[in-house]
Amino acid sequence: MENILKVENIEKYYGSRSSLTKAIDNLSLDVEKGEFVAIMGASGSGKTTLLNVVSTIDHVTSGHIYVGGTDITKLKGNDLNKFRREELGFIFQDFNLLDTLTAYENIALALSIQNVSAKEIDMRIKKVAEELDIESILSKYPYQMSGGQKQRVASARAIITNPKLVLADEPTGALDSKSAKMLLEKFNYLDELGATILMVTHDAFTASYARRVVFIKDGKIFKEINKGNDSRKEFFDKIIDVVTLLGGDLSDAL
Amino acid sequence: MLSKLSLKNIKKSIKDYTIYFFTLILGISIFYVFNALDTQTAMMDVSESTQELIKLMMNMLGAVSIFVSFILGFLIIYASRFLMKRRNKEFGIYLTLGMSKRKISMILFFETLFIGILSLVVGLGLGTILSQLMSIIVVNMFEADLTKFTFVFSSSACIKTIIYFSVMYLFVMIFNTISVSKCKLIDLLHGDKKSEKLKLKNTGFCIIIFIISILVLSRAYYIVTDGFLTMQDAKDILIPIMMGSISTFFIFWSLSGLILKIFKSMKKFYYKGLNSFTLRQFSSKINTTVFSTTIICLMLFVTICLLSACLTLKNSMNEGIKKFAPVDIQLTNKQNMDAPHWYDTNLSYGYNENQIKNSHIDVIEKLNIFDFEITKYLKEYIQVNIYRTPDLTLNHTLGSKLESIRTQFPFLKYDTMETIITISDYNKIAKLYGIDTYILDDDEYIILADFKSMVNTRNIALKNRETINLFGYTLKPKYDECQNGFIEMSSQSINSGVIVVSDKVVDENYLYSDMLMGNYNTTDKEEIRNIESSLNELDKSPIKNRYLIPDGTSKLSIKESTNSLTVMVTFIGLYLGVIFMISSAAILGLKELSESSDNKERFRMLRKIGTDEKLINKALFRQIGIFFLLPLILAIIHSIFGIKFAVKILEVFGTDELLPSIIMTGIFLVIIYGGYFLITYYCSKNIIKERN
Repeated sequence: MENILKVENIEKYYGSRSSLTKAIDNLSLDVEKGEFVAIMGASGSGKTTLLNVVSTIDHVTSGHIYVGGTDITKLKGNDLNKFRREELGFIFQDFNLLDTLTAYENIALALSIQNVSAKEIDMRIKKVAEELDIESILSKYPYQMSGGQKQRVASARAIITNPKLVLADEPTGALDSKSAKMLLEKFNYLDELGATILMVTHDAFTASYARRVVFIKDGKIFKEINKGNDSRKEFFDKIIDVVTLLGGDLSDAL
Repeated sequence: MLSKLSLKNIKKSIKDYTIYFFTLILGISIFYVFNALDTQTAMMDVSESTQELIKLMMNMLGAVSIFVSFILGFLIIYASRFLMKRRNKEFGIYLTLGMSKRKISMILFFETLFIGILSLVVGLGLGTILSQLMSIIVVNMFEADLTKFTFVFSSSACIKTIIYFSVMYLFVMIFNTISVSKCKLIDLLHGDKKSEKLKLKNTGFCIIIFIISILVLSRAYYIVTDGFLTMQDAKDILIPIMMGSISTFFIFWSLSGLILKIFKSMKKFYYKGLNSFTLRQFSSKINTTVFSTTIICLMLFVTICLLSACLTLKNSMNEGIKKFAPVDIQLTNKQNMDAPHWYDTNLSYGYNENQIKNSHIDVIEKLNIFDFEITKYLKEYIQVNIYRTPDLTLNHTLGSKLESIRTQFPFLKYDTMETIITISDYNKIAKLYGIDTYILDDDEYIILADFKSMVNTRNIALKNRETINLFGYTLKPKYDECQNGFIEMSSQSINSGVIVVSDKVVDENYLYSDMLMGNYNTTDKEEIRNIESSLNELDKSPIKNRYLIPDGTSKLSIKESTNSLTVMVTFIGLYLGVIFMISSAAILGLKELSESSDNKERFRMLRKIGTDEKLINKALFRQIGIFFLLPLILAIIHSIFGIKFAVKILEVFGTDELLPSIIMTGIFLVIIYGGYFLITYYCSKNIIKERN
């Protein structure tokens, strides 16, 4: 299958020569088209740094990242912005919805900055709203929505541009368990529709919805497990096993 | 330790302080410049009367300065509170670390102290430089000669500025201390977390309010322009002002609800680029700032009117002198005072028997009696006679139109005797003045007038071709409207009417006065002043009880007395106008910047979803631009009518020179208001900039 994301021997160093911190240490990772991958790790393991360099918010110290064949470590300035708005979709822990705009306008913004016509915007929003079950809240403002609703609106904004890759940073971090479950089911649904999702989390329950979980420790891949034909419950148990193996480092995940 | 922390804070937040600092410096330098005006005049060659005027002007400016210091004081307190708000979190952290409120107050005290000292030093420096430039304007204003250019520094103005601003800073410190002592830790730490609730206004209601406001505003506009004549009392102007202010508020109020609705319905526009974002930003802001937008709009309105009106006054006054005071000196000598038809009147005016009896001598002869040989000072001169008769008053000239005019203008003095001159005498004057001469038949008369409202009144009668009866002749008007021309010199068009008739019509028994007008044989100011002061000395002569001294007007005296008015009005207008403009622009800028921390979050989100930097800058530019433009646009519309009104009020002074002063006002507006806009834009851009 085609590789959407190809991370090749990347390294990310912080600090000066005298006191060097390796946030990512020679890490390689491939994500295929239509995959739903979760990245797990304790605080400071480098998972957020990985997401930041993939999302071009941060730069790698060395190595290459290819998204759909383009080496994004070589992009600069407005090419970066263009890449970000056309190839990537973002879902953040704190939703990052604009509080002055309604849900509809928040979603529309992702398209209007790509100069999509108002008519097509409307069409595409209707479709995505149906998929994510947010039709009834389209005219509401963020402060009128629950956390789960906000995150689904943010998800709609992330996928409406048909990005090659959807990046989710602790999407359930600010949600109660019921909303989290509902959102993750939607993620599964999107995945079935063909979206490629890379999700960072430290929550085993959240990770268990993914098809593959990559564990990171000290900037390196510690272990990878595939869901295969397991049920979500069985996969969850497998994840917990690895977390236990990781010991205290990930105990905050439970 | 605390002072070190304060210094570091200032350095760190210098970007936030830019507008504050800029405003302080501008305020200080302008305050200095206007209070140091008297030193600028020191290098000029000015007469004693001008010296007196400068003293008076400085007193006036001193009074205005107190008012200005109140405005600036409020502005500074307002600005510092804005800056305090921005730093709530910082104070919160200090408090959680266990710092006492007293210590935080001390930090703020030191900060204000540092900023105060720094702004005073820079502001006074800038003020000193600006006041050198001001010298040129001052010299121009007084139409004086620059003796020599010297660098001047006014220590008294400097001390005054320091004292006034120190008091203001003291108030800032007090206010800061009060607000620190009142604040709660929870609010400081989580003050920015309050989610904004958008109250949407009912569209229908907004439309109704908008339409009503527009109607009320149009009514107010009508009252001050076309309905101007119905105003009986100075108090009447308060009604349209009230109507205008209230409708301004409600226009902004309803617009805040409507603008978004209108643009939202324009889907193609709304969902293009960041338009939806910009419009939402704007409407969320205007929702909370309707009141201050109104105040700013009204302040700008006052500024525009003030600046253009006072600059016009200055221009037209100078033009007026050139036009209406064409010769150096004019003397008027009452004649024939014992004639039966005005003997009693003259007695009642307080002239004594001797003066009345000795009134059959012309100007030159009379001055010779006073031992003052006027002709030896004159290069050229003419003498003319003026006639008056109780049988020709305004009542008679208006003829059959009198009654209808009287109902319209009940306060005119209809029994004033008309001034009559022969055509040959008038043509002599006109030739000397360099204005139009006329040809007249024996049975015709012309009315010369240039005072607009009088011209309009007289034209009603002339259109009706009213004839007049004078000394046994019946005369018909040659023209059916008043003609341009005047006899008496002045600084503006105030000739309310002179009747010109054929030479053979006049009756010498009705000679009222004779006049002499001429030019000196010198152009040297000092010599002219000497001549005129010796003319003024005649008033001390012992024989003035026997002979009535002729009245005199001179170009120089007109100029100086006109200057006294225009210079004062212009400087006060400039002073207030500039301060008002700075205040309104600064408030706008500060408001915009105070929200930049919210904006920072929003723009970061936009960046995260991949918005181009260019698009973001454009959105920011537009957002700030609309915010600055909205009050300005309405203020300009207000000003169009405000200036129209001012023109009517100032009609006496002649207001042909409106355009240049409007352009000047525009330049002021672009520099100060535009400057604030740009600074606000660049500061916000800096604040929202992502640091990688």
